[in-house]
Amino acid sequence: MANKDFPLIFELSQETRTGFSLPDFDVPEADIDDMIGEKYVRSNDPELPEVSELQIMRHYTALSKRNHGVDSGFYPLGSCTMKYNPKMNEDIARLTGFSHIHPYQSPETVQGALHLMYDLQESLGAITGMDTVTLQPAAGAHGEWTGLMMIRAYHEANGDYNRTKVIVPDSAHGTNPASATVAGFEAVTVKSDERGLVDLEDLKRVVDEQTAALMLTNPNTLGLFEEDIEEMAAIVHDAGGKLYYDGANLNAILGYARPGDMGFDVVHLNLHKTFTGPHGGGGPGSGPVGVTAEFEPYLPKPLLKKKDDLYVFDYDRPKSIGRVKPYYGNFGINVRAYTYIRTMGHEGLKKVSEYAVINANYMMRRLQEEFDLPFDRHCKHEFILSGKRQKKLGVRTLDMAKRLLDFGYHPPTIYFPINVEEALMIEPTETESKETLDAFVDAMIQISNEAKEDPEIVQEAPHTTIVSRMDETLAARKPVLSYSKE
Amino acid sequence: MEFRYLPMTDSDKKEMLDRIGVQTSEELFADIPENIRFKGELDIKPPRNEYQLTKELTQLADQNVTLKSHTSFLGAGVYDHYIPSIVDHVISRSEFYTAYTPYQPEISQGELQAIFEFQTMICELTSMDVANSSMYDGGTALAEAVNLSAGQTKKKKVLVSKAIHPESLAVIHSYAKGPGVEVVEIDHKNGLTDLDQLEREIDENTAGVVVQYPNFFGQIEPLAKVREIVDTQKKTMLITSSNPLALGYLTPPGEFGADIVVGDAQVFGIPAQFGGPHCGYFATTKKLMRKVPGRLVGQTVDEEGRRGFVLTLQAREQHIRRDKATSNICSNQALNALASSVAMSSLGKQGLKKMSWMNIQKAAYMKKQLQARGMKVAYEGPFFNELVVNVGQNVTEVNQKLLQKGFIGGYDLSMTDEKLDGHMLIAVTEVRTKDEIDDFVKELGDIHGQ
Repeated sequence: MANKDFPLIFELSQETRTGFSLPDFDVPEADIDDMIGEKYVRSNDPELPEVSELQIMRHYTALSKRNHGVDSGFYPLGSCTMKYNPKMNEDIARLTGFSHIHPYQSPETVQGALHLMYDLQESLGAITGMDTVTLQPAAGAHGEWTGLMMIRAYHEANGDYNRTKVIVPDSAHGTNPASATVAGFEAVTVKSDERGLVDLEDLKRVVDEQTAALMLTNPNTLGLFEEDIEEMAAIVHDAGGKLYYDGANLNAILGYARPGDMGFDVVHLNLHKTFTGPHGGGGPGSGPVGVTAEFEPYLPKPLLKKKDDLYVFDYDRPKSIGRVKPYYGNFGINVRAYTYIRTMGHEGLKKVSEYAVINANYMMRRLQEEFDLPFDRHCKHEFILSGKRQKKLGVRTLDMAKRLLDFGYHPPTIYFPINVEEALMIEPTETESKETLDAFVDAMIQISNEAKEDPEIVQEAPHTTIVSRMDETLAARKPVLSYSKE
Repeated sequence: MEFRYLPMTDSDKKEMLDRIGVQTSEELFADIPENIRFKGELDIKPPRNEYQLTKELTQLADQNVTLKSHTSFLGAGVYDHYIPSIVDHVISRSEFYTAYTPYQPEISQGELQAIFEFQTMICELTSMDVANSSMYDGGTALAEAVNLSAGQTKKKKVLVSKAIHPESLAVIHSYAKGPGVEVVEIDHKNGLTDLDQLEREIDENTAGVVVQYPNFFGQIEPLAKVREIVDTQKKTMLITSSNPLALGYLTPPGEFGADIVVGDAQVFGIPAQFGGPHCGYFATTKKLMRKVPGRLVGQTVDEEGRRGFVLTLQAREQHIRRDKATSNICSNQALNALASSVAMSSLGKQGLKKMSWMNIQKAAYMKKQLQARGMKVAYEGPFFNELVVNVGQNVTEVNQKLLQKGFIGGYDLSMTDEKLDGHMLIAVTEVRTKDEIDDFVKELGDIHGQ
């Protein structure tokens, strides 16, 4: 089965070949084996590859060529906001003064870093309309859990131990119900109506004295603004529940609306989406959480504050939910997000949302002639198509996604949200040109025509990629999760 | 102001609005109720051009004392190590860093294979069967391991050594509240987990026992003995947190029968960057394979029988199982896992062992020199690259004096353990030279009045 054209790095290994240059060993040698004791000295060395530096570089360069990123081509993966990752951000994050500082240095020696973090907290507070922000959570899901733990602590501080339910729309990201469970809640689903918005009647039905919170993405995962948000907030608040904002889709409303003004109590942001921290092939991200003043006492420890002219960490927070992560969050990603916000300012950020929304609506209107549009109204930064029509011809959404690979595109998110049949979720972002959008739409229309005239070409796609469709069943039935020499 | 990331021209805009069938873009936002429409200007700084912003942020960065401007003996979970230049060149390939989770295997084989190789390297280092694609960091990985042990054994109590990283311990407490797991702390004695107390506390309700190996004080916990105590109960799991560099020279936890091994790969190719992003790893046994949090990459074949890789066993994950998922983790630390893979490839079998050995040697030299200078090294047991010295006075004040001499001193242990007032945790990695160690001992001795 081994494929010599694309070897694993372990298959390149030759005994005694080296790719390292360690610092000098310049102290007198001690008998450390005796100190450690025989049982604790490793007897079999880990089988790491023995390769030269050029071999490593070629190996990973070859791998990179087998990978599609935003810099390779259009990446309209809905709900992931695959926008351009500015190169300047990368340079700033790599400055020695930001990359080679230790979290336990005394605060006086890292005022530059703390200044940046503080400014970022304030900026994110202004953008979301929240009073206080923590930068600690490492990613969106981590922010969700952090926020829910705060809501739990808040209710418990009020002696309210029966609020065990978190309401989540059927169109919500999978992380929402998962975070609710991890935080010790029961996730309860509220239905969407024919408009694609939360069904107010159903919300009234599920909200009760056990409701801890409603988690909502606005605009929602269908790309639609929840226009009844004020009424929803009232329903939840009147019942004593709190409103949690999933910031995954903030890219649609920068400078147009703020979660704080909509009535949300706790908000997380995905800095790797809206604020251009790169996605990194799956991470690292950053998921700051903003709260109203009422929730400030519950924020994780420590909280960065400004005291006179000095930035300091406040550890004396008796009501805090505690630590959610060692140290202070994914600082390196926060530096990138800060650089971006400073590049754009209010004027730029508002244009970001304006253009992201124009791009999405433009594509939606061009595509609706060939594809089912389940919710025919202006969308925000993303929109949903259904492949229902093509499915009748024997071509599934998965097939169309694979066919898009032949055109050099990363496909949209597919089969999500789960409340739309054969869903395709398209998010162009503001950093794509009209030419790119048009070319993608043309490709989609061509694929739709192929579905009618020559369905096999779609069903058997992709045809041009370096590998064809993978046997995922085999992977799951007989898991091979690491390499071992035969 | 021009915005170089925004390609839309006025004529594009007009054409697109026409196609949409609206006059102005404002109409597209008409569904935002008037009441909650934001009409002001966001209270953030005005946009700045690339040149001036670079200058400003460089000046901000320059305000910080760094691990390069000063000689650091600070560790406590974050270390200053040799990072091969090649690491940054690989992770700067934007095909890697501008991609997302490899959902489409046909155009993501690069990332998938890189993760598969990372998983393999972690399995090799820890001697475990299975490793995932990464976690946020060592602390949250440990907290996830604790909750997994409770879920799997259906028991509700874990015993956690106080000789683990204090911030990991704090994160365990926070995470345990969700599923209602009781966390019992086991004290440390002579720099090691108090095994007598562990023996007293363990019972049939114990889901897992957590120790760090080497522990927060640098001491090498006797894992074989810990395992014996764990084995007095049915199903109870041994969970260790391990600096993976140490495992280049120390017997890996897998060989002592650990059920879950986690830690942070920051030591391989990832700069300190003020505490994050680093790279948690999570390794376990075949038995627990389907309970692992986060992404797993598996090997398979394509339609032509060619070897390839895919995300697999996804039925564990939030995007499939929603509220029944084994964890809520979605984004992880993929790019940093790549950095660590490159560093581990670069070091290779020989280099990693040698680097690990050098850490032990240089720390042992530090200990000898400190003792020769009349300083009191707190614990006598075997250790990796960190040791505790009793400086007999407020460590933070000592560090201020050291800073004047060009040193970043060790971690003030009194910050998290009042019993350890006046104790400094010193890290000595392979990058410290004999001269730097000698100078540090001299300065510390002078401050100490020896």
